[in-house]
Amino acid sequence: MKGFKPSAPFLLLLPAIVVLAAVVVLPLILSLYSSFTPFRLTRPETFYVFVGFRNYLSILSNADFWWAFGRTVLLLTIALNLEMLLGLGLAMLVEKATRGQRILRTLMMFPMMFSPILVGFQFKFMFNDNIGLVNNALQSLGITQDAIPWLIEGHLAFIAIAIAEIWSSTSIFAILILAGLLAMPKEPIEAARVDGCTPWQTFRYVTWPFVMPFAYIAMTIRSLDVARAYDIVKIMTDGGPAGRTELLWTLVGRTAYSDARMGLANAMAYFSILLSIAFTVYFYNKLAAARAQIGAEW
Amino acid sequence: MATVSLKNLTKRYGNMEIVHGIDLEIADREFIALVGPSGCGKSTTLRMIAGLEDISGGEIDIGGRKVNDLPPRSRNISMVFQSYALYPHMTVRENLGFSLKIAGATKDEMDRRVAEASAILGLDELLERRPSQLSGGQRQRVAMGRAIVRDPDVFLFDEPLSNLDAKLRTQMRTEIKKLHAKVKSTVIYVTHDQVEAMTLADRIVIMRSGYIEQVGTPDEVFSRPATRFVAGFIGSPPMNLHEATVSDGRLVFSAGDSLPLPGQFKSRTSTGDKVVFGIRPDDFYPTGHGLSSGGETEVHRVELPVSITEPLGNETLVFAEFNGTDWVSRMLNPKPLKAGDRIGMSFDLSRAHLFSAETGKSLRN
Repeated sequence: MKGFKPSAPFLLLLPAIVVLAAVVVLPLILSLYSSFTPFRLTRPETFYVFVGFRNYLSILSNADFWWAFGRTVLLLTIALNLEMLLGLGLAMLVEKATRGQRILRTLMMFPMMFSPILVGFQFKFMFNDNIGLVNNALQSLGITQDAIPWLIEGHLAFIAIAIAEIWSSTSIFAILILAGLLAMPKEPIEAARVDGCTPWQTFRYVTWPFVMPFAYIAMTIRSLDVARAYDIVKIMTDGGPAGRTELLWTLVGRTAYSDARMGLANAMAYFSILLSIAFTVYFYNKLAAARAQIGAEW
Repeated sequence: MATVSLKNLTKRYGNMEIVHGIDLEIADREFIALVGPSGCGKSTTLRMIAGLEDISGGEIDIGGRKVNDLPPRSRNISMVFQSYALYPHMTVRENLGFSLKIAGATKDEMDRRVAEASAILGLDELLERRPSQLSGGQRQRVAMGRAIVRDPDVFLFDEPLSNLDAKLRTQMRTEIKKLHAKVKSTVIYVTHDQVEAMTLADRIVIMRSGYIEQVGTPDEVFSRPATRFVAGFIGSPPMNLHEATVSDGRLVFSAGDSLPLPGQFKSRTSTGDKVVFGIRPDDFYPTGHGLSSGGETEVHRVELPVSITEPLGNETLVFAEFNGTDWVSRMLNPKPLKAGDRIGMSFDLSRAHLFSAETGKSLRN
């Protein structure tokens, strides 16, 4: 080491670099490496067998994986769109409230205060075909005589999961859009009314462009959330019935721990992350464009 | 045809009455300025005319049509806001054309009218920019352009120049005057700046605490203020206003100094009346430095100490001490003076004002 004199900044940053390397970089490299091996938890020696892109190739031809992938994208599309519509509606109602707006805002955030696991349990109970509240209500109201197999039939189970997701996260959209509405100057709206706009046109041409960046922020956050959805599904259906509600990450979890095929699972995980990145980039670009459009200074 | 008439117009918020049943007739193509201190109800009145505030009582007619229950979009008005209120996400061209687009105008029609407005206001270079890329004065011009494009019956201006710096304000004031000469619509212009009101309006409406104090041409409100409030509000520097008691043909002020009672008020007052004496700085001047019209018939001369001077170049404001307080006077063709100098001052009493101390109303005929 003669003559090696590290600079002061490097020395000062070294502890941070070491910690980061230990807890982030190393696991990342190990998991990336293991996605190129047939690593099984039950057979440690397989960690050292390099198989190149075999895991990735097998994913490409794995129908279960593509179903889970498609289902995740579908859930994302449905949940995000409905959450945005409902959140927008909620935010506009709360914004109109002249009294008790603080209380309403707090109430609105209640669903966010529960762990997704608990939300899963609660909705699992509500959608239970025998003792659930939903069937009980439907039957008491005379809408149906049958016990609807909410969590047993594939499509219904998917709908039930989507409802639980939407219930727990609409408030993210509502809060962010409400922030946008409150931050919005009132004069352009008045100008629009004088300029001949109906209430709908005022919303369409003036309010909405202004609130859009806030909706995109919520979209970005929620797209990451939904793309990694695991807990609610795990509790409500565990990917069932017969894999009909399997999402990307429940599939990754099952492959990694139930099937113990860690190498394959890691390959799936890296693939899934691409999906998250793609959505983030997409919404971030949208956000930047929307911000530039309203000349936002934040 | 766009006369505007307000009949017993009232605005209440809960139990608070803001505008107390005002009446006003505005002629077609007239430029009316609503002026008054903040909180006098002038903006509220304008917003009721626009339809942005509900009317609590009374009636508003535009062009002979009652508009009380019509939404703003059905009143055929356009409004220029203090904060410009441009649509931030639209270019200048889109801002200008927005109301036409909403009204379903054809592309050709839109292009033609946007081009017209843009030519009038000199916006041609800016059409593809967004409001955030414009200066304050440019934004204000776009806001006016947006109003012109609609070709409305009535233009409403809500303190449109308050956000501009002094120089730009003077410039835009001239532009607004030119604009009115060109488009010849009825204009209702709200401002707290009496200079704007005086320079722009055909008639001025002076409001205070939800009441109309006086309606008149700039000349009328300046030379014949109906109340003490108007006298103090219009004119810069403001009129000297001091309480006095009438006593044997003289006005006796609080500290004992006195002036002869101006002739025209002799028959309207009697000994013991409490009055407010008012005289404009133009009519109270260092002897020989006034607006010598030659027609002064009733000049009272007195020697007073100077307490402070404010030189403005072409004239100097001289604060002279009379009755223990400073009275402002305007000195034309100024000569150097310093505090403590004693100079001869002239009161042109034929142009003085007298108001009832009790009601504030003018005692002139």
